[in-house]
This record gives sequence, C-alpha cells and structure tokens, in this order.
Amino acid sequence: MNMISLSALDLSIAALLVLVLAVLGLKLQLGVSRQLMIAAIRTTVQLLLIGYILKFLFENVHLGYMLMISIIMLLFAGREVMSRQTNPYKGLWGFGMGTISMFLSTFMVTLLALTVIINNDPWYTPQYAIPLLGMMLGNTMTGIALGLERLTQAAREQRKNIEARLMLGHSGQQAIMSIRRQSMRYGMIPIINSMAAAGLVSLPGMMTGQILAGSPPLEAVKYQILIMFLIAAGTGFGTVIAVVLGSRRLFDDRERLRLDRLRQ
Amino acid sequence: MTSLRVEDVGNKWLPSKVSLEVAAGECVVISGPSGIGKSLLLRAIADLDEHQGKLSLGDTSYIDMPAIEWRKQVGLLTADSAWWADSVAEHMPKMPLEQLTALGFTKEVMKWSVDRLSTGEKQRLSILRVLANQPSILLLDEPTANLDAENVKKVETLLLNYCRHKPAGLIWVSHDAEQAQRIADRRYRFESQGLVEVAA
Repeated sequence: MNMISLSALDLSIAALLVLVLAVLGLKLQLGVSRQLMIAAIRTTVQLLLIGYILKFLFENVHLGYMLMISIIMLLFAGREVMSRQTNPYKGLWGFGMGTISMFLSTFMVTLLALTVIINNDPWYTPQYAIPLLGMMLGNTMTGIALGLERLTQAAREQRKNIEARLMLGHSGQQAIMSIRRQSMRYGMIPIINSMAAAGLVSLPGMMTGQILAGSPPLEAVKYQILIMFLIAAGTGFGTVIAVVLGSRRLFDDRERLRLDRLRQ
Repeated sequence: MTSLRVEDVGNKWLPSKVSLEVAAGECVVISGPSGIGKSLLLRAIADLDEHQGKLSLGDTSYIDMPAIEWRKQVGLLTADSAWWADSVAEHMPKMPLEQLTALGFTKEVMKWSVDRLSTGEKQRLSILRVLANQPSILLLDEPTANLDAENVKKVETLLLNYCRHKPAGLIWVSHDAEQAQRIADRRYRFESQGLVEVAA
C-alpha cells in the first residue's frame, strides 16, 4: 500500500476550514481569531522548517548532527518546562533542573531503545532517533512541568504547615514529604491515563500516522506499545528526578523553607 | 542548664539589631507595638529566617548545630498553630497524662481529628506539641491570645512550671500588661531602635 501524497490544494482545503472558523470567531466576538490565525501560520512555518531539517538529516546521517539536534530539542523542552510554571525557580535553577531531569531520563531511555531494542545500523538512524526522542521529550516535559508546578504551588499554599513542622525540628524533606509524593503522582497521571485509554478512547497519534502512511496495523500497534512503555518510563523517572531536585531547592542548608527562591 | 545568647541578630525585616540573654529558669517578656517585628524576631532566633548576628545555646553556636537540633532545643510556638495531618496523634508522641490534664484534656484527645478542634483547643495542644521536644528554650508568640481566662491561667502555670523545673528559658511575647506583671522575671519593649528594658 502506498502513501497518498498531499498536494498544496489538499492542504488549502483544510486551511479554508480554519479561515471559516476565524471569520465565525470575528462574528461572535470571541477575540481569538487573531491568535488562531497566528497559530495556524506558526504551525505551517515551524513544521515546514523541521521538515527541511529532517530532510537534511536523513540525507546526511552523522552522529554530530544528531547530537546537535538532540541538544537543541532538549534546550527548547527545558525552556518550555519553565514557561509553564506559575512561579518558576529564580535564576538558572528553573531551567537547569527541568533540563537535567529530562536529559537523564529521556536520553537514557531513548539510548537504550535505539541501541538495544530497535538496534538499527547505525543506531542513531535519524528516521528512528528523532521521532523517538521528540515523543519522549514532549511527554516527559509535560510530566516534569506538572510535577514541579504542583510542588511549588503546594509549598506556597501549605507554607504554614511546612514551617510548623520545621519549628518542631523536622527536616525540610520530612516536612514536604507528602507534597513531594503528590507532585510525583501528578506528573505521572497523564501517561497512566493515556496508556489506560489507548485504543479504547483514542488512537495514539504515532500509530495513526503510521497507519495513514500505509503500515500494517499490527506493526504500528507494536511500535505504539513500545513508545507507550518508553514514555511511561521516561516521564516517570524524569518527574521523580525533577521533584526531588525541586524539593531540595525549596530548603537551604539551615532547613529553612525558601519560597523566595521562586519568582513571585 | 543552658542559656540562650542572642548577639546583634537582625535581618531585612527587623527594625534593628537585637541582643538578649536568657538564662535557664528565667521568663523574659517582650511587648511592643504590633507590626514592629516581634514574631519575626522569634522566627530569626529559631533560625527559621535568614539573619545576621550570633545565636548560641550555652557555649555552642547555632552554626555548630544541625538546624533540626537547634529547633528542637529552641522551640518556637506561633500564635496560630498549623496542623498538617488528620488526627492529633500524628502530630506528637504520647504525652504524659499530667500534662494533658494540666491543660484540661483527657487522654482521648490523641484520637481526635484535627477538624473538630476549636481554636483554643488547637492553641493548647500546640503548647503540648512543642513541649514534647523538651526544649531548653521556648519562644512563645502570644501563647494565650485565643484562650478564656481559666485556660490562660492553666497555660501560664504549665509553662512557668516547665520553666522552673526543666529548667528552661522562656521568651514570651505578650500584649497583656497584667500578664507580663504576673509572669515576667524581666521585661522588654521592642521598639524601632531595638529592645528596651522596662523597669520592674
């Protein structure tokens, strides 16, 4: 079965739908039409751009290029984690903690998947490595952002409870233990939900894409299961690392709660 | 018997640097206009806020003690107590019955849920909670603010007994001039230029 190539006309028809929606938004005074148009243009430009980059990488398979693109992806994901926080950590910490946790979890899991499970030649074949890393980063980013958001917000809300425990001679980590557990759980809930709902409620995007592109469904399913497991592991480990780092940063060496280390 | 020494302790929230010495078995009362930073001074002494200056217990500087140990030794009791778990028992170890009865509780209180405690009950239980650590110094931020006359009496008796028998040093922040008269060995006013001793 061959893939049906989309023409410019095909895409224009879909674009027309967005345009109609924008006009409707204007009529109803929703105030989102401008945003909608900008987002539609961004998605076109950004995806075309990454398309060209992927094309280049597929034609020039080299470990150096792969490392470069991986690091760029990682840094963007790190920035995204920060920008999703109501009160991010001040200074380099906010960016650094998210990025380090993502690096440790996603890079390790992706590396394992590429070298041991998929085992292509070379192992960094971009057709596999880039989409895999992208999906890992995208999901782990969400988990870490949720976990850190929960941690910092709960610490702010429950400041009195935490300090009451510090006053009685509990350590910072003891005082924030239940919040820490809750934050780790929060970060893992989305992937647990999507694993539980996969196939019943939603057809995961990657599998849908493979099927649209002509893969036999069972092959697509096997890949999707693999991806789900990898994402679960990556998100879980990443969230645990980020929340541990984040909860340590909330206290100083005299076990004081340091909410001033968060941006107000 | 350990005394507390506070030397030039200050931070950006306090109006001035503060020096003070409290011996074991002594009750020092601090009063002063509200908002001047009495609670913040107690927080700094408990090493709960960043501060300059020196704090020491006996011959040991706070720096040479883990923060956890310092706060077990220098117990801070705030005006409004916070409770983080569901039942009273989760917040403190088994308390001696005489202490419970001294503040009007039976041993059943340990099984109570925190939700059903009144403000006054929380206040009295938080006193027992901090006493469970057997601190050498107690920093008391208006410990009787939410209590009726009868319970004020009970709390004063319990705390002064602890002060004399442990013996432990008390720094007691109070707005009530009559109370200060009753309990104080020494009295200070906290003003913008610092602690000023009040003649007895």
